[in-house]
Amino acid sequence: MPDPVLVPIAADVDVVTARQCGRDVAAAAGFSSGDQTVIAAAISEIARNILMYAKRGEISLNVVANGDRQGVVVVARDQGPGIRDVERALEDGYSTSGGLGLGLPGARRLMDDFDVASTVGQGTTVTMKKWRRLHS
Amino acid sequence: MEVPILKQGQNLIASIQSALTDADLSQLREALIERVGRFRARGVIVDVTALDVMDSFAVRTLRDIAHMARLRGAETVIVGIQPEVAFAMVQLGLTLKGVATALDLEEGLAFLDRAGQAGLDRPRGRIERA
Repeated sequence: MPDPVLVPIAADVDVVTARQCGRDVAAAAGFSSGDQTVIAAAISEIARNILMYAKRGEISLNVVANGDRQGVVVVARDQGPGIRDVERALEDGYSTSGGLGLGLPGARRLMDDFDVASTVGQGTTVTMKKWRRLHS
Repeated sequence: MEVPILKQGQNLIASIQSALTDADLSQLREALIERVGRFRARGVIVDVTALDVMDSFAVRTLRDIAHMARLRGAETVIVGIQPEVAFAMVQLGLTLKGVATALDLEEGLAFLDRAGQAGLDRPRGRIERA
């Protein structure tokens, strides 16, 4: 397995870098170009959330194996204000920033596994995974 | 990276060449809306063929461009959305509702031609009655 890739997020160019790195990692792990696009789009949404709500944070990209499956694991971490109501933040159209409110729920639809851990005043960690079957 | 905007007849063509940051997209919106007035453009084409990802910010900005241009008297058509990009957009819940799209630049120009022809029958400034 290749080393994890860490992308610091502190400006809007970092959002572009993060999604390009995500595409590269997914391509190296053998994901189709459609899946690479899906992973890049999901990364773009959560990277922008970091900028918008926490100002800075980081995204790590990892490749893991699980039986006959290989996965790209994206972890977005920040020490921002945290999410008061995670359930609501995962609803379509709910936004506290004036955005479209599609970031988290949209990213969740794009990926296979999606988890949000958030503590108000301490920060948020979003972990999301996309899987593909090996030898298929 | 600044997006080049070409003027062809009554149309403006913005041809996106590479991945854009949020600031680049906002800059494109301002530039297009300003140029619609400066060149008295009736049509705007935004060519997104080179974009390999469109997220919610990009889609919102394209929608804003189309709506703002219409308020300034110009029709907008978004051309060149790639198949994978369309797939990811639908999954994200992004539809570009109310915004014209076309397969490529050629189809986009044909669309604006037709819109322009319709506009000749219905001169600018006339009040439409329901």
